[in-house]
Amino acid sequence: MMSDLVSTTATVVTLVIMLSFYVSWRAGRLDRLHTRVETAYAALDAALVRRSAAVLELASAPELEPASAVLLADAAGQARRAGGQGDGSRELAESTLSRTLRAVMEEPGFRAALADAGRTGPGKGDDLVEEVVAAAKRVHLARRFYNDAVASTREARASRLVRTLLLAGRAPLPDFFEMDDEPPRLPR
Amino acid sequence: MRVGLVCPYTWEVPGGVQQHVGDLAEALMDLGHDVSVLTPCDSGTEPPPHIVSAGRAVPVPYNGSVARLAFGFRAAGRVRRWIREGGFDLLHVHEPAAPSLSLLACWVAEGPIVATFHTANPRSRAMAVSAAALRTALEKISGRIAVSEAARKTLVEHLGGDAVLIPNGVAVRRYAEAEPLEGWPGEGKAIGFLGRLDEPRKGLGVLLDAFAALGRERAELRLLIAGPGDTAEVNARVPPGLRDRVTVLGRVDDADKARVYHSVDVFCAPNLGGESFGIVLAEAMAAGAPILASDIPAFRHVLRNGAAGELFHVGDPAALARGAAALLDSPRRRAELSDAARGAVRAYDWATVAADVVRVYETVLPMGPAPGPVAAGSGSR
Repeated sequence: MMSDLVSTTATVVTLVIMLSFYVSWRAGRLDRLHTRVETAYAALDAALVRRSAAVLELASAPELEPASAVLLADAAGQARRAGGQGDGSRELAESTLSRTLRAVMEEPGFRAALADAGRTGPGKGDDLVEEVVAAAKRVHLARRFYNDAVASTREARASRLVRTLLLAGRAPLPDFFEMDDEPPRLPR
Repeated sequence: MRVGLVCPYTWEVPGGVQQHVGDLAEALMDLGHDVSVLTPCDSGTEPPPHIVSAGRAVPVPYNGSVARLAFGFRAAGRVRRWIREGGFDLLHVHEPAAPSLSLLACWVAEGPIVATFHTANPRSRAMAVSAAALRTALEKISGRIAVSEAARKTLVEHLGGDAVLIPNGVAVRRYAEAEPLEGWPGEGKAIGFLGRLDEPRKGLGVLLDAFAALGRERAELRLLIAGPGDTAEVNARVPPGLRDRVTVLGRVDDADKARVYHSVDVFCAPNLGGESFGIVLAEAMAAGAPILASDIPAFRHVLRNGAAGELFHVGDPAALARGAAALLDSPRRRAELSDAARGAVRAYDWATVAADVVRVYETVLPMGPAPGPVAAGSGSR
C-alpha cells in the first residue's frame, strides 16, 4: 500500500522533471532560433548597405556615362533612404536597385568601357564593377539565409506546445524579407 | 541653320515631350531650317526622313516608376556618330535631366547647346539626388528654355541657374477645323471633357458632380467625355437616371480629339492643379470652343484672366454648374468667348513659338563668321 504510493509519486515526479527539461530545451531552441534570425538580419542589413555604398561609388566614377550614373545614383539613394523603415518600402527600394543594376550593367559595352578607362588613367573602373557585382551576390546569399532562419523560427513557433506555454515570450514574429535580389550578369 | 534635336523618349510612344519635339521640328523646317531629330525608336516602324533612330529604349526603374530610357555606352556611341555625321550648327536637347539620350548628347557634344526643360515636379527627388552627376554634363548647355513657370521653378530649385520661358506650342491648324462627331452637340446642348479619366487631378469628379445637378435641371443636356482610363468606372459614378446622357469615348486619336472639341457647346477643364500649361485647354481654344475652366494659375494665365474663357473656383462643383448654366443660356457670350479663344491661342501657335526658339539659337551662336559645326568629344565628367 505504502510502497504503491511511493512508486506512483516517484513516477509522477520523474515525469514532471522530464517534461520540464523538455520544455526548457524547447524554449532554449526557440531562443537560439531567434538569435539566428537577428544575426542573419544584421548580416542582410550590412550586405544591403554595402551594396548601395558600392553602387554610389560606381555612379560617381568619372569613366561612367552620365545617364547610367544618374540611374544608379537615384536607385542607390532611394534604397539608402528607405533603410530602417518597416512598411515594406525598403524591400521595394532594394528590389528597384536590383532591377536598375541589371538594366545598367548588362548594357553592351558597360564593362569594356569601365575596364578601358582603368587601364589608361588613374581610374579603377573594373575593380568597382567587380565590387558591385560581389556586393549584389552577397545580398542574394544573406537574404537566402535570413529567410531560411525566419522560416525555421516561424515553424517552431507554430507548434501547439510553444503557443500554449507562451515559450516565445514577447519576441515579435519575424517577417520574411521579400525582394528581387537577382545579381547582374556581366558578359564575360 | 542646321539644327540637331534630341528627344529622350521612344518616338512611337505618345507623350508630351515627343509631341513637342515633333511639332518643333516641323515648325523649324517651315521656317526654312535644316533639322535632324535623334530619338529612341521601336524597330519595325519606318520613321520620316528627318528622324534618326538611336536604337531601342530599355525599361528601367527611375523616379518612382518604370521608364523607357536610352542609356549606356552603346547609346552614347550612336549619339557621337550622329553628331559627327550631322555637321550641326547647334544642338537642341530636350529634357536633359532625364538619364537618357539628351543627357548623353550633352556629355558627348562640344559646341553650342540649347536645352528645353519640360518636367514640373516640385517633389522630384531623383533630380535632387543626382544633381551632382548631372551638373558637369549640363554645364555645357549655353541656353536653357523652360516650357512653363513650374518647370522653370523645378529647374532652378534642383540645378540652380535660370532659364527663359517659352511655352509649348499648339498646332492651331490641326484643331481649327473639324467635323463634329455624329449627332453632336444636338438640340439639348452638350458639355465636353478631355483628359485622363483615372487621374484625380484632372478633376473629372468635379464635373460629374456638377453634371448630376445640371442634368436634373436640364432634361436634354448631354456630357461628352474622352480620354484614356476605365470607362466603366466613370459610368458607375454617374447617377443611374442620367447615364444615357453621358457618353464616355475612352482614348481617342488626334483626329477624333479635334472633332470632340467641335462637338460641344461648352468645353470644361475642371483640373485641380499640377497642370503646368494645359495643352488640352490650348487645343480647345484653337478649335474655338467656349471654355469653362478652373481658376488655377496656369489656366488663368492661358485664358487671359477670363477674357478667353470663363473661370470657376477650383474644385467647386456648384460654381462649375452655375458657370456652365450661364454659358449654356447665352449664345452671344459663347460666340464672344470662341472668338477671344481663337485670338488668344495665336500666341501659342507653333509658328510663333518656333520663332521664339530661333531667337534663342541666334543668341547662343557666336557672332561673326560661322564657327565650325558641333563636334563629338570623348565625353568627360
